[in-house]
Amino acid sequence: MTFLAKPKLHHPELHKNSLGYTRRDYEGAISTLCAGCGHDSISAAIVRACFELELPPHRIAKLSGIGCSSKTPTYFLGASHGFNSVHGRMPSVLTGANLANRDLIYLGVSGDGDSASIGLGQFAHSMRRGVNMVYIVENNGVYGLTKGQFSATSDKGAKSKRGVVNSDEAIDLVEMALQLGATFVARSFSGDKAQLVPLIEAALKHEGAAFIDCISPCVAFNNHEGSTKSFDYVREHNAAVNYLDVITGREEITVDYAPGTVEMVTQHDGSTLRLRKLHTEYDLHDRISAMTYMQQRHAAGEIVTGLLYVDPNPRDLHGHLKTSEIPLNALQEDSLIPGSAALGKINAGLR
Amino acid sequence: MDRGKVMTAEDLNSGKLFGRYLDVDGDGIAYRTLPGTHPSKGAFFTRGTSKDRMARYSEEGADYQENMERLLKKHHTARTMVPPAIERTSEKPTRFGAIYYGSTSPAINEAELLLAEQGIHLDLLRVRGFPFGPEVEAFIASHDHVFVVEQNRDGQLRSLLVNELEIDPKRLGKVVHYDGTPISARFIAGAIAALTAKAVS
Repeated sequence: MTFLAKPKLHHPELHKNSLGYTRRDYEGAISTLCAGCGHDSISAAIVRACFELELPPHRIAKLSGIGCSSKTPTYFLGASHGFNSVHGRMPSVLTGANLANRDLIYLGVSGDGDSASIGLGQFAHSMRRGVNMVYIVENNGVYGLTKGQFSATSDKGAKSKRGVVNSDEAIDLVEMALQLGATFVARSFSGDKAQLVPLIEAALKHEGAAFIDCISPCVAFNNHEGSTKSFDYVREHNAAVNYLDVITGREEITVDYAPGTVEMVTQHDGSTLRLRKLHTEYDLHDRISAMTYMQQRHAAGEIVTGLLYVDPNPRDLHGHLKTSEIPLNALQEDSLIPGSAALGKINAGLR
Repeated sequence: MDRGKVMTAEDLNSGKLFGRYLDVDGDGIAYRTLPGTHPSKGAFFTRGTSKDRMARYSEEGADYQENMERLLKKHHTARTMVPPAIERTSEKPTRFGAIYYGSTSPAINEAELLLAEQGIHLDLLRVRGFPFGPEVEAFIASHDHVFVVEQNRDGQLRSLLVNELEIDPKRLGKVVHYDGTPISARFIAGAIAALTAKAVS
């Protein structure tokens, strides 16, 4: 693929956030994915979300597995440490990194093959443990790197590019995340940046396991008629339950919508989510009704998107394990080896 | 606390060259940075694909070869850092030695006494790390007959000794136990007595 190298020179008037970073400072290397790939839109949404939230790029750790999706961390946040793990093993590498240093922001990027097949167990356990992270699945329903075989999230009855009909049931990662106890669950579409960017922002502000299933059409192998993950199909069947604005401390909160159409949710870190509801009856704090709603709409052929469930006061893995507030990788000998007097006290407590 | 070769924000600010796979002092072990160390310096992307010494994606053969050779050097450096093997010399000078590791220890200690009663004296070497330190090669070189005692069918320790130290396999007698029960002193003594009888005949 030929491309023009990104100029390193920035326009002098390029807008800077309060940390002095421009949007360009959140970018990475130039993408080598196919032109028009949905994954590149997700990378752009991540860049925008991090810029708008004014996160210091070096305080973010980006991790991924294997696949087209997992190549993308090269294409955003060039100043962040990155880890391209073994296939399907991003959640455990991320869990380990998170346990070692709880002060970083963890962004895990995975794909439908990486999370719904080889890494299904890893995905499940990271959700149920409540690892504080943003877990984005760039879901295109096919194995793009191996020329378009159905993945485990491909809908039953969907047609491959060569006309083969998928006979297997699909795994719905959103349903699984809800069932497994994720405290922030959303689904979006790479073609709907207005919905996706605030969802990523809200997930980054969430202090628990935040899962986003982002349908991201594969332009090379899954964007044809008969596919249920094509741009056209997702646009036609997208049933968004809400749109979101993320309000951090600096902005004035104003509500000028009709009653019942807006809900304000304050997250544990103080950020406010303003939900513009498209389905006023949808309750995003009720896990069971969310799961029921998902299944009903799926049966009706709709793809439900938006923020689907949120617990504004989540507990994360560190809370469950009661680990030290100081990151474990910053502890020194004096606190790790408290001496014989402390040991004697523990022993006495066990007698 | 010794966290190995970690480059700090101060190091990076002072202009020290950081390359995640750059061997600055010849031991094959490259410096690393911890995530979040510095706003603009020292970040790197760990990846399974080939990369150059600065951790940049590369498909160049020379970069790949350099990294592989650095890893080999790192492996050699590790020989000096793993726990060394422990040698126990027999009360009487002997041409026989036995190499073993781990849970074979209690049985071989007892076997050594049983064999001594039969007039067969053994020097013992308990291997505690890999890659093997120079003491392992020296032990083999200083004995005419060496037995490698272990609890698996294939003689995995023996294979490592043959491959890593380029030892003639005929110099290493195989004593393997793999019936699912722990190896016994009686088994070792019997096997070594039979092999020594063959060796001296």
